[in-house]
Amino acid sequence: MENKIDFDRIERRAALRKGAFRTADYIFLTVWALVVLFPFYWMVLTSVKSYGAYNGEYIPRFFTASPTLQNYVDAFTTVSLGRYFLNTIIFTVVTTAVMMAVIIPAAFAFARLEFPGKGIAFTLFLSLMMIPNELVVITNFVTITNLHLRNTFTGLILPSVTSVFYIYLLKENFEQIPDELYRAAQVDGTRDFEYLTRVMIPISKPTLVTIVILKVIECWNAYVWPRLITDDARYFLVSNGIQEIRENGFGRENIPAMMAAVVVISVPLIVLFLIFHKKVMAGVSRGGTKG
Amino acid sequence: MKVVLQNLTKRFPSRSKKGDDVIAVNDFNFEIPDGKLIGLLGPSGCGKSTTLNLICGLEAPTSGSILFGEDDVTRLPPENRGVGLVFQNYALYPHLTVLDNILFPLQNLRGAEKLPRAQMLEKAMTAAKLVQIDELLERKPSELSGGQQQRVAIARALVKMPRVLLLDEPLSNLDARLRLQTREEIRRIQQETGITTIFVTHDQDEAMSISDMIVVMKAGVVQQIGAPQDVYDQPVNLFVATFLGTPPINVFDGTVRAEKLYIGEAAVCDVPGVGDQRVTVGIRPEGFVLDQNGPFAVKLSRVEVMGRDTSVVSTHPSSRNPVIRSIIPSLSRVDKTAETVRFSLIPQKVFLFDAETEARIPFESGIPGEGKQA
Amino acid sequence: MKKKSMKGWLYLLPAMVFLGCFMVYPLIDVLIYSLEEGYNSASQTYYGVGLYNYSYVLRDPYFLQAVRNTFLLVIITVPLSTGIALLISLGLNAIKPLRNLYQTIYFLPYVTNTLAVGLVFMILFKKTAYTDGLVNLMIQWFGGKSVDFIDGPYWAKMFVLCFYTVWVVMPFKILILTSALASVNPEYYSAAKMDATRSWRVFYKITLPMISPMIFYLVITGFIGAFKAYSDAVALFGTDLNAAGMNTIVGYVYDMLYGNSGGYPSFASAAALILFAIVLTITCINLLISKKHVHY
Repeated sequence: MENKIDFDRIERRAALRKGAFRTADYIFLTVWALVVLFPFYWMVLTSVKSYGAYNGEYIPRFFTASPTLQNYVDAFTTVSLGRYFLNTIIFTVVTTAVMMAVIIPAAFAFARLEFPGKGIAFTLFLSLMMIPNELVVITNFVTITNLHLRNTFTGLILPSVTSVFYIYLLKENFEQIPDELYRAAQVDGTRDFEYLTRVMIPISKPTLVTIVILKVIECWNAYVWPRLITDDARYFLVSNGIQEIRENGFGRENIPAMMAAVVVISVPLIVLFLIFHKKVMAGVSRGGTKG
Repeated sequence: MKVVLQNLTKRFPSRSKKGDDVIAVNDFNFEIPDGKLIGLLGPSGCGKSTTLNLICGLEAPTSGSILFGEDDVTRLPPENRGVGLVFQNYALYPHLTVLDNILFPLQNLRGAEKLPRAQMLEKAMTAAKLVQIDELLERKPSELSGGQQQRVAIARALVKMPRVLLLDEPLSNLDARLRLQTREEIRRIQQETGITTIFVTHDQDEAMSISDMIVVMKAGVVQQIGAPQDVYDQPVNLFVATFLGTPPINVFDGTVRAEKLYIGEAAVCDVPGVGDQRVTVGIRPEGFVLDQNGPFAVKLSRVEVMGRDTSVVSTHPSSRNPVIRSIIPSLSRVDKTAETVRFSLIPQKVFLFDAETEARIPFESGIPGEGKQA
Repeated sequence: MKKKSMKGWLYLLPAMVFLGCFMVYPLIDVLIYSLEEGYNSASQTYYGVGLYNYSYVLRDPYFLQAVRNTFLLVIITVPLSTGIALLISLGLNAIKPLRNLYQTIYFLPYVTNTLAVGLVFMILFKKTAYTDGLVNLMIQWFGGKSVDFIDGPYWAKMFVLCFYTVWVVMPFKILILTSALASVNPEYYSAAKMDATRSWRVFYKITLPMISPMIFYLVITGFIGAFKAYSDAVALFGTDLNAAGMNTIVGYVYDMLYGNSGGYPSFASAAALILFAIVLTITCINLLISKKHVHY
């Protein structure tokens, strides 16, 4: 015989326990959210503190009484931050465009076309995925040096175009488009290239967008390769530009201006992300699970 | 363990601001006798799965109560109700062997009820033997066929000796051949264990063939409850009459004048005790008897051979379906070249329904009693 | 009827050119470099072929320091980041409102430049002549002594590096784990509920096995990524990592190639190949373990 009273007590206790868990959960999640957000806050905060105010703070302050944009002015004028920006945009756009032009036909060839030696080619291709970038950089450095392509855009872009992973991802995506579509198109007299441009690319748009976004992030944050082959400040990208500023520029003394530079170079990607966050996260997740 | 449902109602608030709430189960009242196999039958969306979820506790009712025996379990969480549930997709843990799957519920017992390993194995073996899966205990679910997976799911539900066993669409994932076999299995298991069992299906064949009682539902409302044959012979409304029976009942527009039923111009049947009115008529396919002088004339479309029976496909202006199907024994020969065929009707297979409410209008045809109304 | 034509090769050509020049050729080249002894990049001559480069590298104290740093980093950050990511994903899975907001916030580090944000971390943790820095301030609130995390004792520097590395790798792991958790069929949980399964048992016996493939994937890629750590360290400690004693294996390779003591592609190649060998071995070990534990 169940007692009605027991029910109430059980229910209340269960609800309390659930509530306690939920609160603890939210606290835990909020803590990490703060850990993630705090550096950004500090970044922006420091960038608007005036030079004198910042250095005068023995105890760092969490707010500033008189925010100033002077640091941003300094950042752009004392070093050619604008130049780094421009270089990076050029680098990103050109590299991504060239990469797309290279990988789309390649993925198409592996996914859809038959040609002698395809099996071997693909196996070799897969094994390339295992090669770490660090190995390859060494020779590329020597190659580019010998071709006198240091401190040029060509030298920056060419080796950065290659990517085995994106070809693999795109090929997988192409393969999911049913055979019947291809055969129907053949019956209609479509040639392969038309099929690629009129059918496969439009259908694969989500994956293509993902790849573009991932590559843009990669190019924007590129550090090692530009660092290796450029020592002329006119060709710096934002990452090694920042590094330069930090060590040889005003980085050592003028922290607020440093932070202003950092904010400036972080903003574009963050803005892009906030607009496209759903697509970005979906794309990375898909790309990650395929790996 | 008898199961009593009293005024059971489940209301889902509407998602949009304008829409109405969805009443998935509306005032369900039923006393399920102990040890019976009950089929909940109805088209998709009729509330049968929701009812199952209410009984097992995965959903809480908006109002009403559920009793197992004398215990009111309405507010009891599912794990305390002692219910075994077999999911439509079996929900077998893919990374555990069959034996581990069956042992899983037993390993959750705690305190006074905790069992030593040997006893757990014994119970698991009993359950496995009951469903005849004892040869496959070391396999993983992915290595089993659909029918075998289903039996494992049943064993897992039974191993903890539940008071009530619930099955959600147990046969819908199986191919036709397996379905016949498996429904017999379910019946056999139920009778061997004697556990009150409720299963949900949209296939009236299944429900009719193995249930002790069936419950026909439509849009959350119970239409009729009764033994399968009773519900078939005495449908309480047009919906129940059309839902049960393969091939489905033939529906006509008709009129009653002077205690005779007229379809079109012909008086096809005597209906003593019924007042003059327009009616909807249902005639079971087996209710037609080939009769050269019969009152009911139809235009012949074709004759289909079924071996044991013959199906006469015809048309009539008052028919609501595109064609009329009449099942006659194959020994009665039909002239395939004739334009018209004449039938006389078996009164017990003719049902009258109110033209507006669709409720059944009974008439004396010599059958005692009527189907129970919900 | 598909006819085999050479057209496929045409489509493949651009990719092959790039991959050939910048991947295949370098691979072979690096192998050769590593075996050429006494290579002099000025005159481009070498003495002979042998394993001298490898023995040099393996005895170089800078290399050994880099190896120690890298191994520490790997051992600390991979389990830590995967574990915390799992906890966060479970936490996210349990709430409905605000979930998207939290997920978007958590993903921010992925789209930011590690060098840029690394600078911020450096500022927060560094003790200068002017100020002790924010983190030290907070330590003092709790009654501790302030430490220079950037220029101070080894354990402090290691701590910042690990902390920053975890901060950077979390977004990807959280994303993968949340989608793995979401892909578990809710019917399993209903079935477990019917059987009165306790929460921790549900986690241990159902949730964990179901997402085990993803967890192993994250561990394997986590190891590979952590071994290649470099830019995180540079972001915190500056380009001259040897001076800070915080060099990593990859940093050593680049130093050999370019830095102050650079111009030695042979040593760089040898070091890079050693790294490759380490990563390959560890990955194989990981794969073997995962085959045993991962379910389907």
